[in-house]
Order: sequence, then structure tokens, then C-alpha cells
Amino acid sequence: MNQSLHNGADAYLSRYEGLRDRLPGDAAIRDAAAAAFKAGGLPSMRDEDWRYTSLRALAETDFGEPLSMVATAPILGDAIDAPRLVLVDGRYQPDLSTPPVGVTVTPFSENPYFGRLPDTKRPMAALNTMLTEDGVQLHVAAGVDAGALVLLSLAPQGHRPIAFHPRHGIHLEAGAKLTVLEIARGEGAYLHNAVTEAVVAPGAVLTHIRLQDESRDAFHVNTTFAEVAEHGTYDAFVLTLGAQVARTEIHARLIGPHGMVHLNGAQLLGGQQHGDITTVVAHDAPNCGSRQTIKNVLSDRSRGVFQGRIEVARAAQKTDGYQMNQALLLSPQAEIDCKPQLEIYADDVKCSHGATVGELDADQLFYLRSRGVPDAEARAILVRAFLAEAMDPIAHDDARALLERAIEQWWEHRA
Amino acid sequence: MPAATETIDTVQSLTQSGYKWGFETDIEMDIAPKGLTADTVRMISAKKEEPEWLLDWRLAAFAAWEAMVEPNWAKVGYPKIDYQDIHYYAAPKRPAPKSLDDVDPELLAMYEKLGIPLKERAALAGVEGAGMEGVIGSGNPNIAIDAVFDSVSVATTFRETLAKSGVIFCPISEAVREHPELVRKYLGTVVPVSDNYFAALNSAVFTDGSFVYIPKGVRCPMELSTYFRINAKNSGQFERTLIIADDGAQVSYLEGCTAPMRDENQLHAAVVELVAFDDAQIKYSTVQNWYPGDANGRGGIYNFVTKRAACRGARSKVSWTQVETGSAITWKYPSCVLQGEGSVGEFYSVAVTNNRQQADTGTKMIHIGKNTRSTIVSKGISAGRSDNTYRGLVRILPKASGARNHTQCDSLLIGDQCGAHTVPYIESRNPTAKVEHEATTSKIADDQLFYCRSRGLSEEDAVGLIVNGFCKEVLKELPMEFAVEAQKLLAVSLEGSVG
Repeated sequence: MNQSLHNGADAYLSRYEGLRDRLPGDAAIRDAAAAAFKAGGLPSMRDEDWRYTSLRALAETDFGEPLSMVATAPILGDAIDAPRLVLVDGRYQPDLSTPPVGVTVTPFSENPYFGRLPDTKRPMAALNTMLTEDGVQLHVAAGVDAGALVLLSLAPQGHRPIAFHPRHGIHLEAGAKLTVLEIARGEGAYLHNAVTEAVVAPGAVLTHIRLQDESRDAFHVNTTFAEVAEHGTYDAFVLTLGAQVARTEIHARLIGPHGMVHLNGAQLLGGQQHGDITTVVAHDAPNCGSRQTIKNVLSDRSRGVFQGRIEVARAAQKTDGYQMNQALLLSPQAEIDCKPQLEIYADDVKCSHGATVGELDADQLFYLRSRGVPDAEARAILVRAFLAEAMDPIAHDDARALLERAIEQWWEHRA
Repeated sequence: MPAATETIDTVQSLTQSGYKWGFETDIEMDIAPKGLTADTVRMISAKKEEPEWLLDWRLAAFAAWEAMVEPNWAKVGYPKIDYQDIHYYAAPKRPAPKSLDDVDPELLAMYEKLGIPLKERAALAGVEGAGMEGVIGSGNPNIAIDAVFDSVSVATTFRETLAKSGVIFCPISEAVREHPELVRKYLGTVVPVSDNYFAALNSAVFTDGSFVYIPKGVRCPMELSTYFRINAKNSGQFERTLIIADDGAQVSYLEGCTAPMRDENQLHAAVVELVAFDDAQIKYSTVQNWYPGDANGRGGIYNFVTKRAACRGARSKVSWTQVETGSAITWKYPSCVLQGEGSVGEFYSVAVTNNRQQADTGTKMIHIGKNTRSTIVSKGISAGRSDNTYRGLVRILPKASGARNHTQCDSLLIGDQCGAHTVPYIESRNPTAKVEHEATTSKIADDQLFYCRSRGLSEEDAVGLIVNGFCKEVLKELPMEFAVEAQKLLAVSLEGSVG
């Protein structure tokens, strides 16, 4: 296994060697990332952070370059009525985009800013840093309420495995507001390995909603590094429906007092899908709060993973941290693995986490059936109710409606 | 008095009062030279006049150990242990005594110092002045003790009463001689020799420990108890305990530990294996109060223990209860493999760390059989500059239909220089299984403290009271005489943590 993992890493490293002089931005940053990636290779299950998620299938896939522009206009799919930014195979497409008012959009290829938050020692972030070509940098000036925008990532080709590593940045100045709805879709086998830096200045509010609806043959790895200053809010939600192997990793750090982080999410998986949500919330400042509600609905032979860590530093007195993760197993072959962690160094804090795993409640099902609701529908109702706790806090109505529609479709497709 | 001298005096009086069992008994010792090679293993085996199969077993363990690396995943930090700088065998020079009269009076005196639970028991029963020569045995008709002094069991009581009911309770070295078929059949079947680094080390060099066999349908007529004691300088203690409860058998086993004060770190790597067959019940209670090191983290015991129970029979039940207040480093995960249909595993734990102590402890519940159930209640208390981690695993395998687990982990922080961590792993592969986990972290509420203080309690007493309340769910699982000592221990362990 080790052999193949290293082969996997070697392919990326040799690609980097070939591309090195043509890639935008500071070569020193890329070289450092390449050195880190070379030392560690692709993550393996012996790495504690990856103990439940194997990238073996990824390592064994031979990915090519996303070569040319798409000849035919990609299907944009349904989205919400908002300005949109479109990336195809990880490259920003100004022609397909309708830039929003109040947000400065700079493609990474024009201004290659790697950001200061991403930990490029983490293997997948290092891989991204090494090979990224494009992405979007969003900037909202102080006090501006920039409304909502859609960030659409498409991989429409599908006849040959490709790999792309977009690098995004979202920077909100003091008191600014923005809602970003990220949608990822595609066809066939590909690797979408994104890294996002989100910086929330004092009093700013960033709402970051994601619908991951990639092709069932794709690999989706998404690593977000967020930093929240005093009285700032980072409100994130992720819905995982797609990819054969998906990993959503969020590192959120509260650096000023009275900051707030919400990391909610749901994974609905079937077939042999593997979905992993991994979060780390670091409380570095006093009087901050964090809330996490993660739901897994697992059918067929799918496997759901949740790893969530709350870290409370000595200085972070009066922290209020809460985390709940629940899983519904709909099939005898499904599997859930969770690792909710607390790491606490301050005494005047209130931190708790809870986890439950089980199947649909037989009594509830019986209740609905006894009132004439057909079995499939009764199950659908109960699953929707199960997800409600994570979905309800989504304040953006159109975004929530979009996610609910996606869940509806997932359920219909399954039945 | 110069300030510096005063400080030293104060510190000394504090540490001495902080660890009231920090005495050292001067008994002639038979010590093996330092270092660990296959020859050391052969020498231990020869000293104990062991049969060939056991020597082979030890050598296999030694080979496994040599090929392994010391684990580093636990949240504990300590200087690298030089395994070649340890004595692997230390025995009192005299042969094992035939009766109490033959026991070295110094040992008896030491047991008297240790005899807190016995005294408590006597006091509770109204038996005052049970007398020092009666410390082992008399006045306590329902406790049998297999005392382990460093590496060799020197006194075993109540053998006859136990023998009448068919219970075997003896040092494991004796069991190897007298019941080889039982030992050979079960030794290493719950914790295989190559299970982990410390278990492999133990399997290679274990010197003694307890062996218990409860035959079919027998309810052990008394609680069985072992005192573990580390005495010789730099001799790691490698205990091996094996308890087998046959169909329908029941036993309650108590393990209490204290060790003398030392400057050098001492290594302890014990292995405990429990086997429960159909309808059998084993209750294993531990109060661990080894020397935790001084306020600056010097000295103290390294406690790397592998404890595991195999619930092989249907409806079998194993209950682990532990109160961990001692040791500089605790690395301990008493676990249950729930194989038998409807078998039950329980884990009740209180872990207290103060000063520079580090504890990484928890449990594993592996659900294999149908309708297996497990309960985990863990209470961690951190004070001073200590770190306290709960690390646990609940794994539901595909055939464990109807399995049930409930886990409750609570942490209490006293002071802002300590750490409390929770690392649970939950893995479920059966939809009909129900797993619940909750964890909380909090501090002692100001209003609780104020309430106690306003009723005239000192701050320290108030903290003791509140902590005991916090731990009540676990303490009530202990046998009574243990519960009383445990409550006192909690208070002593937290001395100096407030104010």
C-alpha cells in the first residue's frame, strides 16, 4: 500500500517539476509546500487525522491535466437568483460569471495570493499550494453588506480523470457582510482539491454555505482555514451528497473576544460513498462561542466520518462551545465513525459534545404508518426531521430551499 | 530564618503531608542486575522454576517487544525510558512464609500502614483495635488478600475458606506450578503477547500477580483483594493478573495501590486479563494511589497498564471501577470485549490529576455479540498544572444487533493552568445498535463554593465536598470500604489546588 501511496505522491511531484516555472506566484512558497508534501506523501490511515479516511483509490488514479477550455457551455444547473462566479476545472471563467456589486473579485491567476492562514504542512493543503493555478479572491470593504453570491465549480468533461486545486480567499473588512453559496458539480472521475482562506474582521459576518454534489466517481477534498476577529461571525454549513471519497475539513480560529463560529453540516451518502467532515475550532480569545451540529444519513454500503475538535486555550475564559453529531444508519452495511474531541486549557468554560448513532425510531415510524403514511414517505419525513436541526439555522432562504431541493432529489433518486 | 530555607521547609512539609504513604521499608532484596535481554527473561523464568512452555511464551513476547516501538499517541510527555537501566526482578530474600508468624515483622508493619481500608472496615463494623498482628485477615472475615510486595506474593490468606468453595486464589507463579492446565489455557488469550508495547514487555518479564479461578456456579464467598506495592529502587513492577469466572460464577476483586516516595521515576507495566463465561460476573475495582511525583513533577510512577476483559459467555458481565489519583503518568484503558450474546460491560472511572500529573485513561467497549450492552461513566478532575485525558473507543461490529452503549464523560477543571481533554472514538457498523455519548467540561461553580463557604466550610473542604458530589456516580460503584478511602484520597489529592 505504501508503495502505491508514494507513487501517487510521485506523480504530483513530477507534475510540479514540469510546471514549476509556469505556475503563478511565489515559487518559494510552492517549493516549501512541495518539500512538505514530498516528506509526508498523501495522507495515510496511519496518520491520526486520517484514520478513518483512505485515499488509496485516489493514489491509484492517474490524473491528467485539465487541458483546454470547454467547447460547449457547461450546464450551470439550478442555483439561486444571485450574482455568480464560475470555475471550470478549477479555472475562473469571467465569461460565464456575473460579478457581484460590493465584492472585489480577483482571480488567483492574476494576483497569486496564497493567504496567511493555510497550514501548508497539512498534506492536502500542501498539494494544493504546490499545484494551484487559479481560484477566486473575494474582498468586501469595511461596513459593506455585499449580499449573496454563488461560487460554482464545474468539472464537465468526464472522459478522462483530471485533477485541479483551486485556491480561494474570502476577506471581509470590519463590519462587512457576505453570503457565499458554493456549489460543486461535475461528471466522471476527477480530483477537486480546494483550499479556502476566510478572514473575518471585527464585527464582520461571513455566511459560507456549501453544496457538494460532485460526480459519484470524483474525489473531493476541501480544506478551509477561517479566522474570526472580535464580534465577528463565521457561519458555515456544508451538505455532502456527492463524490466517491469526500473530505471537508474546516479549521476555524477565534482570535478576538465575542466571536462566533457555526459549523453545521449534513452528509447523505449511498452506494459505496465515503464522506468525511473534519472540524477544528480553536478558541484563542475569551467570551467566544462555537456551535456545531453535524448529521449523517448513511444508506447502502456508505461510510460517514465525523471528527470534530474544540480547542480552548488558557486565555479563552468564558468560552461556550457546543458540538452535536448524530448519525442515522439506514442499511446494515453502512458505517459511521466519529471522534468528537475536547482539548481544554481554561477553567471557566462551558464545553460539551454529544453523539448519537442509531436507526430510524421504530415507534415514530409506526406512528406515521398508523396514520396512513406509506413506509417510504414516513422514512423521508423522519429523515427530514432528523436533518432539520442542522438545516434550520441557515438564514438565507433561497440557499436553504436549494439545499432542501437537493436533499429531496437525493431521496427520490435513492427510492 | 532565611526565606530560602523557609521555603524549602514549607515545600518539604507540604509534599510529605501530600503523600502520606511515602515511606520505605528496609527488607533484604534479591535483585537481578539491570538490563533486559533474552537472558534476563530466562533468568526470571529459571528463578521462578517455570515450565518450558512458559519460558517459550515469554521469549516469544520478548521477541515481539524488541520488534515494537514505544507508543506515542497518548497525550502524555515524559523523558525517554531506558529499558536497559531497570532491574527486572526483585524479591524479598526469605522464602515465602508458611503462616503469618513467619512474615517479616517489617512487612506486617508496612501492611498496617497500608491497611487503611481494613481499618475503615473495622471501624465501620465497630471492631476497634483489631490489633496489628491481625492486620491481614482478622477483623475482616470477608476479605482475602494476596499481598504483592514488589514482585513476589508473600502472604495469602483465607485460602482454606476459598478452597472449600473451590475457588482458586493464589499468586500466579504458584498457579503455574499447581494449575498449569488453567494458566496455559487462558494466559495471553485476552491480551496476546504482542498486543501492545507494554503488554509485550510485561509478558516477557512479569514476575508475579494474582490468579483467580471461580468454578461453575460458585459465588465467591468473599471479596478478593490485592495490595500492590512498589518498593525496591528502580525495579519496575510487572504484575500479571488472570481472573477466570466459569459459567454462573461471581467474584468481586479489589486492587489497591500505594508506593513509597522516590525521586527516580519507576516503571509499572501490568497486565490484567479477565475471562467471563455464561452468566458469570466479575467486578474489578481499583484504587490507584501510587506516588505522583512532587509538586514540580519530579519522581513519580509511570503507570502503563493493559487491562482487558473477555465476556465470552452469554449474559456475562464485567464491571471495571477505578479511582485513579496517583502516578506521575497514567496510561490505562480497562476494556471489555463483548462477545457473548447479551453480555454487559461497564466502566466507571474517576481520574484526578494535580501538580504535574498526566493521565490518559479511558476504556474500549468492543461489541461483537447480539444485544450486548455497555455503560461508560468517566469523571476527570484536573488541578494544578496537570493534564487529564479521557480516551475511549466504542466499536459496534456488524453482528452486534441491538447493541447499546451509553457514555458520559465529565471533566472538572480546578485552576487555569491545567488541561482537560476528551477523545472518544465511536464506530458503528450495525444500524440496530444505539450509541450515545455525552461529554461536558466545567469548573466548580462560584455559587456552589459560596454556599459551602457560607456554611462554615473551609475552601478546601468545600472543594472536596463538591468533587465528591461530582464523582458520586462512580464512587457508589465501589465496595463500601474502598469508597470511604477513595473519598479521602480525592480530598488529599487535591490538597493545595485551591486558595
